[in-house]
This record gives sequence, structure tokens and C-alpha cells, in this order.
Amino acid sequence: MSVKTLKIDGIDIAIEEGATVLDAARQAGVPIPTLCHLDGVGDIGACRLCLVEVGGSRRLLPACVTEVAEGMEVQTNTPKLQEYRRMTVELLFSEGNHVCAVCVANGHCELQDVAIQVGMDHSRFTYRFPDRGVDVSHEQFGIDHNRCILCTRCVRVCDEIEGAHVWDVAQRGAACYIVSGLNQPWGEVDACTSCGKCVDACPTGAIFRKGSTTGEKERDRAKLDFLVTAREKHEWTR
Amino acid sequence: MDLTELIDVAEAHRAKQKNIRIHCCTSTGCRAASALEVLKNLKTAVEDEALGENVEVVGVGCMGFCGRGPLVQIDPDDALYEEVKPEEAASIIGSLKGGTATALKGDVQHPFFARQVKIVRQHSGKVDPESIEDYIAAGGYRSLYKAIYELSPPEVVDEITRSGLRGRGGGGYPTGLKWATVAKMPGDQKYVICNGDEGDPGAFMDRSVLESDPHLVLEGMAIAGYAIGANHGFIYVRAEYPLAIQRLQKAIQQAKKYGLLGSQIFESPFDFKVDIRIGAGAFVCGEETALIQSIEGGRGNPRPRPPYPAQAGLWKCPTLINNVETFANISAIIREGADWYAGIGTEKSKGTKIFALTGKIRNNGLIEVPMGITLREIVEEMGGGVPDGEVKAVQTGGPSGGCIPASLLDTPVDYDSLVAIGSMMGSGGMVVMDQDTNMVEVAQFYMEFCRGETCGKCIPCRTGTVQLYALLTKLLKRQATQADLDKLEALCHMVQETSLCGLGMSAPNPILSTLRYFNQEYTELLQAPKYLNGKVAVE
Ligand SMILES: Cc1cc2nc3c(=O)[nH]c(=O)nc-3n(C[C@H](O)[C@H](O)[C@H](O)COP(=O)(O)O)c2cc1C
Ligand code: SF4
Ligand code: SF4
Ligand code: FES
Repeated sequence: MSVKTLKIDGIDIAIEEGATVLDAARQAGVPIPTLCHLDGVGDIGACRLCLVEVGGSRRLLPACVTEVAEGMEVQTNTPKLQEYRRMTVELLFSEGNHVCAVCVANGHCELQDVAIQVGMDHSRFTYRFPDRGVDVSHEQFGIDHNRCILCTRCVRVCDEIEGAHVWDVAQRGAACYIVSGLNQPWGEVDACTSCGKCVDACPTGAIFRKGSTTGEKERDRAKLDFLVTAREKHEWTR
Repeated sequence: MDLTELIDVAEAHRAKQKNIRIHCCTSTGCRAASALEVLKNLKTAVEDEALGENVEVVGVGCMGFCGRGPLVQIDPDDALYEEVKPEEAASIIGSLKGGTATALKGDVQHPFFARQVKIVRQHSGKVDPESIEDYIAAGGYRSLYKAIYELSPPEVVDEITRSGLRGRGGGGYPTGLKWATVAKMPGDQKYVICNGDEGDPGAFMDRSVLESDPHLVLEGMAIAGYAIGANHGFIYVRAEYPLAIQRLQKAIQQAKKYGLLGSQIFESPFDFKVDIRIGAGAFVCGEETALIQSIEGGRGNPRPRPPYPAQAGLWKCPTLINNVETFANISAIIREGADWYAGIGTEKSKGTKIFALTGKIRNNGLIEVPMGITLREIVEEMGGGVPDGEVKAVQTGGPSGGCIPASLLDTPVDYDSLVAIGSMMGSGGMVVMDQDTNMVEVAQFYMEFCRGETCGKCIPCRTGTVQLYALLTKLLKRQATQADLDKLEALCHMVQETSLCGLGMSAPNPILSTLRYFNQEYTELLQAPKYLNGKVAVE
């Protein structure tokens, strides 16, 4: 296997042939935002967040699917790229219902992370407030389509790793949604092994484990009373 | 079949043909205007007048003047009748015996016909598309024979390269270079794909070619198969073209029977079979990588290139994909030679291009014109200009193209000149707009199309088109401010530069070109800002 040398944001890098620009950037510690990329499954170059400028190319190229080449000069963070990335994230926020405060993924959401990374604090585009439905027919998991960014990580992880292919994309354009089985409720799809890989793969709060949503939070108010009585009266059972 | 047999078929068929051939168009446009009834009545009239000895009535493909169908033409004296009503058919036959035809007589000397140069449409409207013998009698399949027996595969590729032919599917990629790339790729299995998805609103050039002369396309594909070393071809036609599909099916059957498709073509070691695949009506499936996925049975989503189809196409094999019209040029290039072809057109755009001329114009229909002709010649001379009014703009390239203002009508029609003025050749739609046209509405129309046709895979195109459409609507409702207009333009550039495939990359073109040439129409729609320098400006 031969080795290619290239420059990313001025940093010299040597990496094996066949590696992607994203691999090289990570090796060099250069951060490039990504959303549809997931280590371990195939890349599709869909979210366009990882676009970079490559010397000699008129087009912006997605780092996740662009192979390194000898002498390549890559810029990952030009003002133009910063602006386009910000717009991409704004478009995503305007498309779904991303209300972090009441989301299961708040604090560990890749969309939220990317928004912070690119400095998006509000969207200049009209919010569309979709009503795409929530499916909680599965015993352990649920999917809130309004939080889905159509990255298809769930589709790919289920197909490529679990081999169940429960998910796919239905319709086109603005009407696209992640479909389970033959357009059945998730809970009725026999192919689903309940392995939970899609839950782990989902970058947002769209696919979640039941019991973890804000609405399901259970409060045990009687506990305080119990503690006081326990201390004062030494009654240790409830 | 060998060469003598081919010549025998041609001669036998020519001997059978009558002196006078009455051509009646049976393609989709004329069919919708009851051409089949006209055809039937013509045939009955020939019988009634006992002219069967000398006269035959032939259902043919498109003659181009689709706005004036049904069309009937008499060969050899060239008389053309337009808007023929079924009850007028008998009088046309009667005119052969000295009577007067009551049908409207067309002017075949009109620039609409006279300025055309027919290479792709050489047989359209002359041969019966359902008869391989008619095609062979017109010299068909001779180029395929020549390619197999007189040229080596690299020589065929070289001929196409030297002809200067560029892809007619919109992009204008040099065809010879594409063929050479696929030919040089390692691998035993290669494929040829003919792209007949034709999804641009208003475009029907490819439909017309497929309906009028299916063998011409099949012959071009077979020559391509020989040149690049492929033994299997697919022709992808959209389901909305039932007549084209039916005629292709028939043509493939006939060609197989004669040994002109299938195994050992012309008794040579060259095998080439063609299968039809029917698209389900998605514009994006015309994009080559989406089309390939669709043939493979998957969802028609584009994927990033590289790898290009030439490297890894259908089932990951090297694949040549060309447009219908591109393939339809091949036979003539092999027959007449690269130098002849390169003599037509401009320095960088060779040959001819078919346009579907529509909109606010007197003569609409299909025209095949040499590259380099100016828009003015097409619109004013051939098209006869705008009926009571003046041209405001000409739209080329459909949803991926742009609006060219009347002041630029002297621009020559070639790939590079059109791109330079913010439009593109596209697949051949040409819509003429008059002074009453609202250019912002035009931009909104195309954006509505793209918004509905984006596959939804990548964010800028899926969501950007929705927001662009919303901004245009806001403008048209007179609710937008300068900030919205700035946002519109910024988003156009973003969608153009960041989308994954050609659909998204070109979707903003109708907006950008109208912003460039008709900026005032946008600014006139703006609302005065409510607040200025922190103060309420308008109550
Ligand atoms: C959204 C989109 C739609 C397209 N539709 C068509 C089509 O209907 N027919 C076609 O021949 N090419 C179409 N193309 C171009 C094809 O991707 C491809 O470039 C072409 O078929 C190559 O043939 P050519 O080199 O002969 O032009 C389309 C491209 C895009 C991006
Ligand atoms: S459900 Fe999650 S993983 Fe699946 S496409 Fe939507 S955001 Fe991506
Ligand atoms: S540009 Fe549009 S049509 Fe092309 S891949 Fe992206 S979403 Fe699909
Ligand atoms: S991570 Fe590369 S396009 Fe999404």
C-alpha cells in the first residue's frame, strides 16, 4: 500500500492511499463537522457539512467521500465554507421541530453540537413546524419524525451491520420520511431484532429509548417525606 | 444476416414502395388531434379512388410542426397539409386526381422548415417507425455494418472523438472522450445505457426521436457497444411515453429477428442485446447515477461522483451512458465521416440540436438547427416571433437553465455561449416569453418544479428549494423586504455550490438569471422597511 502526502489547512499529512480527506483531517486534528458520516457504515455524502475546498477543483468536495491524492491542498474552514455550513444547519433547524429544551437528546445531540460548532444561534429561514408524526408502537423504542434530519444513519446501520434492513426512505423532497418495514408501525415489523443499533446511530433525538423522554420523567415526591420520617422516627421501611 | 442480405431487404422493400407516399404523422402530438382517424380515412380514400396501384398511405413519426397537427405530407411533391380534419382526408387524396384539397396547406419554404438541418431527424416523418424494412430501405443499419467490418473499436471511438459530438443530455460532455474512457477501463463486463428519461417540463425531443425513428437509436447504441466492448444495453424510458416504449419493443423484436441485435450481429463475433427499463416518472432519475440505481432496482437517488459511471456504473461495471439524441447522431457520423460532421456547427459545438420551441410564439414545434444559429434567427425567423407583441425573454435549459433577455437574442446557440450568459443548452426546451410575462413568477414556477422533484437526499436541495420557493412567494405577495431579497440571492449561491447532484446545483439558475437580467421586477415587489435606524418608518 502506498502513502499519499497532502496539506490540510497548511498542515502536512502523510496517510495511506484510499483514505478519505476526512480521515486525514482527523489524523491531523483538524475538526470538520459531519452529520451523515458514521464510523463503521458506508458514506453517502448527503449532509454536505463536511464540504471542503480543494486546490484545482472548482467544486466544493465532501471530505467524507473524497479520497486523498498526492499533493492535494485542502482548506477546511474558509469564510465561504463557514457561511455555507451555518446555512446548512439553519436549513435543518427550520425543517424540523428541534426544541432542545424538551428533547431526549439535549446535551448529547450531534445536531446541537454542530450548531454550536458552526455558531448557529438562530435560523434566518422560516420555521416550518412540520407534523410528521411519532411512532411509539415498538416495545422498547420510539421514533419522532419531527426530529429526524434524514441522515439515513439508522437505515445504513440496520442494513449494513444488523442485516435487518428495517428502515428506508419513503417519498421524495420535502415529503421524505424514514419508513419502517413495508410502511408499517415499527412495532409490527418482524425483521426488527430490537438490537437498538439505530438508537445508538441516530445523531438527534429522533430515535430514542422509551422511558428517557422528558414527558416520561417520573417524580417521587413521597421520597422526601420518607427521608424525614426515617431520620426523625427511625422508620426505615416504606 | 450479411451485407448482401441487408441490401436485398432494402431493395425488395424499395421495390414494394409506391411512387406516391402519403405520410401521416402518428406520433403523440398529432394522435391527440385525431391523426389516427385521418390516417384511416386517407387509407379508405385511396381504396375508394382505386389509387392503390401507385399510392400508399404510411403512418410516420413526428414532422416537427406539432402545434399544427395532424400533419399530412405528400412524397415526392412535398405538399404539406396542416390541422387536417378526418373529414378532409378524402379531399387530399382527391387532389392527386386533380381535385382541390380542402385541408389547410402549409408553406414548406417557410424558414421554420427551410432553416432546419436534419441529421437526428433525417428519417422522422418519412419512415414508418414500426417497420424495420422502411428503416433499412432508407439506409439503416449500414453504419453498424461499417463499424463492425470496416473499423476497429478504437477507430470507431476515434471517429466519434474527431466529429466533435458533445452529449445532448444537457451537460455537453465530449462524447468521444466518454467512449474512450469506458473503452479503456479494465473489465470483461461493460454496459451501454441510453437515457430517455426526459423530465424537463415542456421538452419532448427525445420522445419524438424514439417514437419516430427507434431503430436509429438502437443502431447508435449497438455501434457504441462495439466501440467500448459492451454486449448489453439498457434503454431507460419514462412511463409517460407509452408509444415510445411500444415502438421500441417492436423495433427490438424486429432487429433481433434480422440478427441486427442479439448474438453474432451480422454474423460477426459481436453480441449486443438491448433491454428496456421503464422509469416511474421522477425527474431526478434522469441524473445518471440515480438512473443507474433505478435500473439496479434501488431507490433513484444520485450518489457522489467520482466514481463516474465510466469507472463504476451499472452493477459497479464500467458503463457508458448517453442521451437519446446523442445516440441518434452516431449512425450518420459513421456513415458520412467525422470530418463531415465537424463541418457543421461552431468551433466547439458541432452538429445540430433539436429544440422544442414553445411559449408565446407563432410557430411552435420541434426544430433541428445547426449549432451556432442565433436565438434571434430561431425565434423571429423560424418561430415567426410573438403573435401581437414583442419578445421579452427566451428560456432555455428548463428548470436547470435560465432566462435570456431580448437584448441578447443575437447570442449564438452553442454550449459555451449559453453558459456564458447564465443559461445552458439543456436538453432542448426553448420557451419564448412576451412582455406580459412576470419573470418572478417564471422563477417561482421552476422552483416549484424543483421543490417537488428533489430526491431529498441532500440538505441544500431538499430544504433550500422549499425556502427559495417560500421567499419567492413572499415577494410575489409583496411581503418581502430587501433583507429577504439578499437572503434569496445568498441561498441561491449556497444551494448551487453545496448540492450533491446537478438537480440542486442548477435549481437556482432560473432565479439567478432573472435576478441578473430583470432585477427591477424583483425590487419593484419589495415592501418598504417597517423600521429604519431603529425607528418605525411606515405606520
Ligand atoms: C436532475 C437531472 C436530470 C437529468 N435528466 C436527464 C434526462 O432526462 N435525459 C438525459 O439524457 N440526461 C439527463 N441528465 C444528464 C445525465 O445525468 C447525463 O449527464 C446524460 O444522460 C449523459 O448523456 P450525454 O453525455 O449524451 O449528454 C440529467 C441530469 C440531472 C442532474
Ligand atoms: S431517525 Fe435519526 S438516524 Fe435515522 S435518518 Fe432520522 S436523524 Fe438520521
Ligand atoms: S441535489 Fe437534490 S436531487 Fe440531487 S442528491 Fe441532492 S437532494 Fe437529491
Ligand atoms: S459527513 Fe460528508 S456529507 Fe455528511
